[in-house]
Amino acid sequence: MFSETVILRGHIIDSLILPKVLDQILTQGGDFKIGEIKIGQNRVDQSYAQIEISAPSHEVLDEIVRRLRQHGAEVIEEADAQLAEAPLDGVFPKDFYVTTNQQTFVTLAGVEIEVRPALMDCGVVIDRAGLRASAKKFHEVRRGMEIVVGHQGIKVMPVQRATSRTAVFEFMSTSISLEKPKSGVIREMAAELQRAREEGGKILVVAGPAVVHSGAVSHLEKLIDLGFVDLLFGGNALALHDIENALFGTSLGIHLEHGSLAERGHENQMRAINAIREAGSISRAVETGVLKSGIMAACVRHGVEFVLAGSIRDDGPLPEVITDTLEAQDAMREKITGVTTALMMGTMLHSMAVANLLPATVKTLCVDVNPAAVSKLTERGSFQSLGLVSDLEPFLRELVTNLAR
Amino acid sequence: MRQLLLCPPDYYEIEYEINPWMSRARGAEVPVAQAQWKSLFNKLSSLDCKIELIPPRPRLPDMVFTANAGLTIGRRFISSNFRHEERAGEAPHFARWMEEHGYEVVWLPKDLYFEGEGDALFGGDVLFCGYKFRSDINSHRAVADILGCLVISVELVDPRFYHIDTCFCPLPDGGAFWFPDAFDEYGQRAIRDHLRDLIDVAPEEAIHFSCNAVVLGRDIVLPEGAPKLVATLKDRGYTCHPLPMSEFLKAGGACKCLTMFMPQRERISE
Repeated sequence: MFSETVILRGHIIDSLILPKVLDQILTQGGDFKIGEIKIGQNRVDQSYAQIEISAPSHEVLDEIVRRLRQHGAEVIEEADAQLAEAPLDGVFPKDFYVTTNQQTFVTLAGVEIEVRPALMDCGVVIDRAGLRASAKKFHEVRRGMEIVVGHQGIKVMPVQRATSRTAVFEFMSTSISLEKPKSGVIREMAAELQRAREEGGKILVVAGPAVVHSGAVSHLEKLIDLGFVDLLFGGNALALHDIENALFGTSLGIHLEHGSLAERGHENQMRAINAIREAGSISRAVETGVLKSGIMAACVRHGVEFVLAGSIRDDGPLPEVITDTLEAQDAMREKITGVTTALMMGTMLHSMAVANLLPATVKTLCVDVNPAAVSKLTERGSFQSLGLVSDLEPFLRELVTNLAR
Repeated sequence: MRQLLLCPPDYYEIEYEINPWMSRARGAEVPVAQAQWKSLFNKLSSLDCKIELIPPRPRLPDMVFTANAGLTIGRRFISSNFRHEERAGEAPHFARWMEEHGYEVVWLPKDLYFEGEGDALFGGDVLFCGYKFRSDINSHRAVADILGCLVISVELVDPRFYHIDTCFCPLPDGGAFWFPDAFDEYGQRAIRDHLRDLIDVAPEEAIHFSCNAVVLGRDIVLPEGAPKLVATLKDRGYTCHPLPMSEFLKAGGACKCLTMFMPQRERISE
């Protein structure tokens, strides 16, 4: 969305100029927000209205503003953003501007610069020479960097909530009850993944080990085989349980086929870790024929990039697991460029962490058997998220069936 | 007694085209124009008013349309900023003349076009101002700041009726006669909200610039060609004086365009 703020002054209420201007914004395909309004108290007092106009393109916005000028609208020139130096490595100046996951512009020397990436909970570091504005995390801050402070000269373009339900992602559903009819929603999700692929957008899958526990490995494998996964984020557990299943047919020592406890099954996990460590990496294990099936093997086979982030309760971990949290965040942030759709399944904390890295423009789809996990993810303020409460196996089965058609 | 400013049509002719009425191919008949102006002068002289004449200037043919010189309230004269280069040369002559006659001349910021009484007419204690073709809406705000009165800005949408005085004529009893189609729907509503007893002029009469009339008490001097309007006004107790204005219509003007009130109002609240 593109926006411009205009002011109207004069006898704009009695002359019906204000309603005329607002009507014109809407009929020309724009939208408005009244920032400030002062209505004259007495008959001869003039009124004042500050109107923020937004439009889907620069052309539409320019045309609206051009037309409104003849009704007296004056465009407010945006003041420059204020900057201050970072006092120490890893420390922002006081009153630093904290980013959202929305598209954001900073005005510098009268020029609007887009802050990249659209990453929440960051500060904005300015490179005057290169006229660049970058969202940076604490650990990326170096003493003396110029950082945006205050709120002046900053424009945030919220992703607009669509008013009609033309596609499943275009409306936000906070109703995530189990009783919701799932088939239609899954069908539309499948269509959305199809669209993302056709439009060249990257599809990110974030998955927890529940994918393995629930017996959905073959469905996710199929999803990868069909080319609907470009990037996989998970933890040590996802990869490990998948590999244990591939090597021994168990997950945490339980036979996934019939749900019974395998003899000395608790050893399987450790043996799986050992086998991969011996091979050197998951990729090497696939290449040398140690690992032949499962989610991770499918990723290696199809060149799907994956980032495995470690946690404090990990066994092993597997060789590719990044155990430094900040390093893992950086690795994920680096990979998400170009992601337009994210499918998050069966892991609340990992999904939250990833959602914090994604710009608001990315369509997110969250599936979990726990309604609390789904609502936590869908109610983060993004207008482009959709939640579905479902066990993962039937969900993935149906999704893949739809996509395979 | 009302005081009016007129300008003899010594140099009047169609020298350029700045509105849909003007065509250099269809010039004004100079002797006829002079006779028509003389009849207006004589008619106004016979009514309850005093007429002042500003000397005309060569190469400023439209100086004859004194209504566009500015807006006079009490002893203050708000000078026009003409939109068209062709008429911009008139402003200093009018301003000097007004100053010499004891008026305080007030200038609006140069970037705000304002064409005087042509686009600013009082109806009751409200100043109705037209915008788009000639005056800028932001000039209305500047005028409201200077005068401290309520200004209703209305958009003109028909290029033939490019000044508000070509399609709107307030009456002293609080009403007005007007051609509604010359305004956009918001302008029509704003006028209806502020004036009662509006008389709609039919399109075939409006086209003769019937609204371009000089109202002096119960007397109304207007271009001929509006029998229905004249009958309606007669019923309301007005005496109408229709005059031939064909040669000035060729420039997009008529009785009111040829006349400026000095002042239009003595003070804001009357």
